Order: sequence, then C-alpha cells, then structure tokens
Amino acid sequence: MANEVQYIFDQKNLSKSEPQKYREEDLRREEMIINIGPQHPSTHGVLRLEVVASGEEVVEVIPHLGYLHRCFEKHAESLPFNQTLPFVDRMDYLAAMNSEHAFAMGVERMMGIEDKIPKRVEYIRVVVAELNRLASHFVALGSYGMDIGAVTAFFWMVRDREHILRLLEWASGARMLYNYIWVGGLFYDLPIGFEERCKEFVKYLKPKLKEFEQVVMENKIFVDRTANVGVLPLDLAINYGISGPMLRGSGLKYDLRRADGYSVYPELDFEVPVGKGEVGTTGDCWDRTWVRVCECYESIRIIEQSLERLTGDLKRTRDFDPREMVPKKIRPKAQDLYVRAENPKGETGFFFRADGRSDIPFRCKARGASFTNLSIINELAKGSLIADLIAIFGSIDIVLGEVDR
Amino acid sequence: MEVGYYGLLQTVADLLKLLQKEDIVPLSADRKMFKPAPVLIFVAVFAGFAVLPLTSGFTGSGIDAGLFYLLAIVSLDVMGILMAGWGSNSKYALFGSMRAIAQIISYEIPLTLSVLCVVMISQSLNLQEIVYQQGIWIGKIDAEAVNYLFGIKALGIETTNIGGILTWNIFRAPIFLFAWLIFFIASLAECNRAPFDIPEAESELVGGFHVEYSGFRWAMVMLSEYGMMLLVAFLGAILFLGGWNSPLPNIGSVALADWTSGEPGTMVGHLWGAFWLIGKALLTVGVQMWVRWTYPRLRIDQLMNLSWKYLTPAGILLVLLSALWRMLMI
Repeated sequence: MANEVQYIFDQKNLSKSEPQKYREEDLRREEMIINIGPQHPSTHGVLRLEVVASGEEVVEVIPHLGYLHRCFEKHAESLPFNQTLPFVDRMDYLAAMNSEHAFAMGVERMMGIEDKIPKRVEYIRVVVAELNRLASHFVALGSYGMDIGAVTAFFWMVRDREHILRLLEWASGARMLYNYIWVGGLFYDLPIGFEERCKEFVKYLKPKLKEFEQVVMENKIFVDRTANVGVLPLDLAINYGISGPMLRGSGLKYDLRRADGYSVYPELDFEVPVGKGEVGTTGDCWDRTWVRVCECYESIRIIEQSLERLTGDLKRTRDFDPREMVPKKIRPKAQDLYVRAENPKGETGFFFRADGRSDIPFRCKARGASFTNLSIINELAKGSLIADLIAIFGSIDIVLGEVDR
Repeated sequence: MEVGYYGLLQTVADLLKLLQKEDIVPLSADRKMFKPAPVLIFVAVFAGFAVLPLTSGFTGSGIDAGLFYLLAIVSLDVMGILMAGWGSNSKYALFGSMRAIAQIISYEIPLTLSVLCVVMISQSLNLQEIVYQQGIWIGKIDAEAVNYLFGIKALGIETTNIGGILTWNIFRAPIFLFAWLIFFIASLAECNRAPFDIPEAESELVGGFHVEYSGFRWAMVMLSEYGMMLLVAFLGAILFLGGWNSPLPNIGSVALADWTSGEPGTMVGHLWGAFWLIGKALLTVGVQMWVRWTYPRLRIDQLMNLSWKYLTPAGILLVLLSALWRMLMI
C-alpha cells in the first residue's frame, strides 16, 4: 500500500491521502464534498475544511487539523522551562510576546518569584505584549478584509504592522519569534530611545486606525457582508469555551487582563470593548471585527500609560539589570498550576505539573485559544453560503500554529 | 532593472514566462472542452474591438449594426467560461463558472438597457455615427444636424458649433448620467471585476473558472479579462463621453474644441482623436481598478438583488425617459 501511486486520478485515490468524515456514497442527492485547504488562500495557514455543500449552501463543515503539529507539549516535557520559551513563540506566531508573557508568568508563579519581578520589567513586558497584540489584530483585520475582498485594508494593516515588527526587532533582535520575555526578567532592557520612538509611533497610528474604520468598517458592502452573518449567541459561545474577541463580540465583558488582573494591568486604565450589535445582531461577524478595532485603541491607551511610567518614575537607570531576578536554576516545588493570560485571540493557558525533582516539567499542557475558537465553525457556518463560510472563518481569527501546536 | 526602467517591460517578461510554461491539462479534465475554452473567451472579447471607432477615420469595421454586433459577440465569452468551468472537472471551477454565468447573464440586461437609451437618443447602432453626433464635426458634414443644450429644442440654445463636453451624450440628455452609472456598474460585473468578482473570488474559489489553467492558456484567460475591461471602458467612452471628441468647448473666439481636434481624415484629426479616446478609456480603467482595490466583494444573493431589484428597473425607467427626451429633441 505504501508505494502505491496516489497522484493518478482515480475516485478511490481521493480519500487515501486525506481522512474524510463523509464519503461520496454517504451524501444525499445534490450534496457534494468540497475540500477547502490545506492550500487555500483564506484558511490562514494549513487548515483543511471538509465542507459538505448543497450547491452554494453549506450543510456541514468538518475541520481537519494537524498539518502544522510540532509537538509543543512533548518538547516542553523534555526541556527545561527556560529552553521551552522559544517553542512558546512558535505557537501563536503572530503574538509571540503574549504567549511568552503567559508562560514566563506561570513559571515565576511556580517559583514564587512573581511578586519580586521589578516594576520596570513588568511594564516593559506589558508594552511589548500590547504592541504584539496590535500587530496580531492588524493581521486579523487586514486578512479579514482580504477574505471579504477588500485589498486596501490588508495593505494598510500590513504597512502599520511593519512599524511594530521593526520596533520589536529593535528590542529583541527578531521580527516574529522574539524569545524576549524570560522567566524572571527580560532578555535585555529596552534599547535607548525606544520609548520615544514608540510614543511617536502610537501618535502616528491613531489616525491610521480611524482611516481603516472609514474604509472598511463603515463600508456599505462590508457591512452587508458581515452584519447578521455567523451570529454567535452568548450561551453557545460560553458552552463552547470561546474566549477573546469572539466572546466579547457576543456581548460578554470578559477580559482576563481585567478578570484576573495579572501583571500590572490593574494599575492601568483601559476599557473592555464588547459587541453591541450596532449594525446587525449582537455576536455577528461585524461585531467581532469591531471588538478587534476597539481593542486596538485600548492597546494604544495601555501603551501610552505604560510609556508614561517607563519614562517617568520607572526611568532607565545605569545599574538596572533586567536579568536580576532570572533564576540560575529553575526547579519549582512539586505542584500543579494552571496559568492563563489574555492573548489577542483569546485565553492562552498552560498547565504545569512539576514533580519537584527535576528542571523539566512532568507535564505541560497548552490551551490554544484558536483551537477552542475554531471548534465553533460548524455551528456558525451551517446553512450559510460558501462566501459566508469564508467571512465567518475569517472573523474567528485563528493561527494554525496555535491550533495544531 | 531586469524588467526595464520602472518595470516597464514587466508585461513582456510575464508573457514570455507564461509562453515557456508547461501546458498542464488535468488528467480528469475533458480535453475537448478544456483546451479550446480560453481561445473562445479570447476571441469573443477581442472580436469586440473590431467595431470600435478609434478615431474619426480609423475603424476596424464600420458596420451599421456595430453596437449590436459588439454586445452579441461579447456575450459569447459566457460559453467559453462555461466550457472552462465544466471541462476542468474541478468543483471550484464549476462553482466559478456557474456563478459567472448567473452573473453575466443577469447583468447583461441592465447593460443592454443603458445602451438602448443611447441608441434611442442617437437613432443609430453605428458607433462611428454615435460619436460624430457628440462633437463639432457633425454640423460640418450634415448641414441639417443640430445639437441643442441638454437636447431640449425648446431652450433654443444651439451647441452644434460649441462642441466639447456640452455635446457629449451625458450632456445631450442629462438623464444619461444615470444611464452611464448603470452602464459602469453593469460593465464591472460583465467583466468579472471587483466588487463583482465572485466568479473568481480569490479568497473563496481560489481562481474560479480558470483555477486549473496554467501557462499560456491562463494568460489568454487573464488577457481577455483585461481586454474586456478595456473594451467596456472604450464602449463607455464612445457611448457617453463623446468618443474621440475633445472635451473642451468653443467659447466665442476661443475655439478650444477646434484647436484640440483635427479635421476628420487628416493626420492631426487621427492623433487628437486617438489621444482623447484612449485617454478617456484609460481613465475609466483607472476608476475600475480603483474600485477593485477598495471595495469588498458582494455575495451572490446581494449581487443578484442589485441587478434585478435596482439596476434593471432603473434601466427600464431610463429607456422610457430617453424615449420622452428624444421627443424633446426633435
């Protein structure tokens, strides 16, 4: 079987290389299976959707995962905590800082040094994490515009994301996978002049976001395509464990930065935007996108306040060492710990079981927000058109690195 | 600099690259339909250029039923799209071609209605004659021909010798502004351009009906799409924007229209004519591209709604109004 040629066209060969839930003979009259992905411009990576369609109408969507599986959990269980951090980057590669922040926070909590981290380090963590949140939302908004067909949105968003990537590259040396937030501290202090440049950037960004709103969010065709499409009722969202902008789009004011109040977020002043159904029903695709746009504004506010502190009472000093609290040996006491943080895509969590005798966790389980959010796709897309399926899929905003891990 | 100054030779480089590529025909495709389909699309679109009056004396074919011929031959590309979609034996291609056919056939109706308005006012299907009526030269050829401001005889303001923008069809009968709008929207849908590009819908159907094509066959499909854009831009300029006539009117002794257009048949006339017509057409193509990069794509039901609930009734109303307007003109 192994050497059998599968690329010669034969009806039998179609299901050999790829698992299918349905076969041709299971389908009713006028139904057919369409494979969307893993190579498809709007699956945002290597996701495969098995779509049972009756003409243009979607009957069922079955996501097939695993094309980007890189054994994160196994890696985490065979490496010391500090060496796992680069792998955390590669989970949600669009928001690596946020995942790093969550992971580092978890290990620090196990070590009991969470309260001893210097304030400046925490604020720098918040700044880079929020910058990364902006970058992630920009990709989400831009590629969502692309899914709907508006190319300008994508170009604008990628243009502004580029500034963020350059800022983060300046700080950490890498554009996407930073390894900047370490357990107990930071790789380096911010480069000299970073705060000022960042302030300039934030000032530049606000009108650009307004422009984006005008060209996309208020566009009649965009509203027609997204309002009342893929409505996610709140109870369904909670039952499926949806988190992040999707959950807030359905109207629940639930943000872990507020609910858990981790890091220095309690000291900062920001709103938690929720979907109100301004142009359609609460919880439709437009609401989810709107929540992302509003969150961009909130992130800007957080960055501004943090920079205020970083150039004020927490100003850089000559003898400040961001690695001061980095433990020489990370060997937490035997315990189970679940740590969670608000990623751009939702709740990212890590469950650790440490046995207290080694530097390596006995078990490390990662909860990816994208994975959980993706599970709703069938509920949302059932009965809609193929074009709506793409609109709904784009509004979920997944990153395949986090889905497959 | 590999592709010339400012990348000017990019098109040539692309064409050469596509020519050298392997002509892949999927095993499961219906070869008899798959292979000739791009040729049919290509021929259908480029045969349309035959009747366009590029300048006052330069037309491929000056047949009297030119407009009719153009609309008829361009409709043939639906056949090519259907053959491409069906012959590819791919679900995406089939979706694309089904959408394309539904869309092109429904948008042909408002398109034809808006063209009909022009035919009623000009009383001719000959494109060259339609252009002549929209400028200063008609008075010099046909002594009886008279143009009035807004086409209303009762106003008594003759614009035959003023020419310029005042004798363009959108000014000869101001309701044509709406007819032109309908024409523009319908023509966008006709050549599958965004926001009506659902047959290709890159993010949904990857490439729609031409998803299985590669190499030069793909190039032909793409070329005919852009050729179609240019064709409808030319047609719009000819029907509504005065064709090869100058936009500048004669104001008393400042004879701008005379200065910026030459006697028909002379070299100067050819050059000015080609300049104005190509300029207008390229401007329209520019607007088409502007729209394409800005607007999101409509969904298929919204697309049908727009055609059947708004554009078609508006088109019918405009035909009626054009008939009334014609009565004002004589």
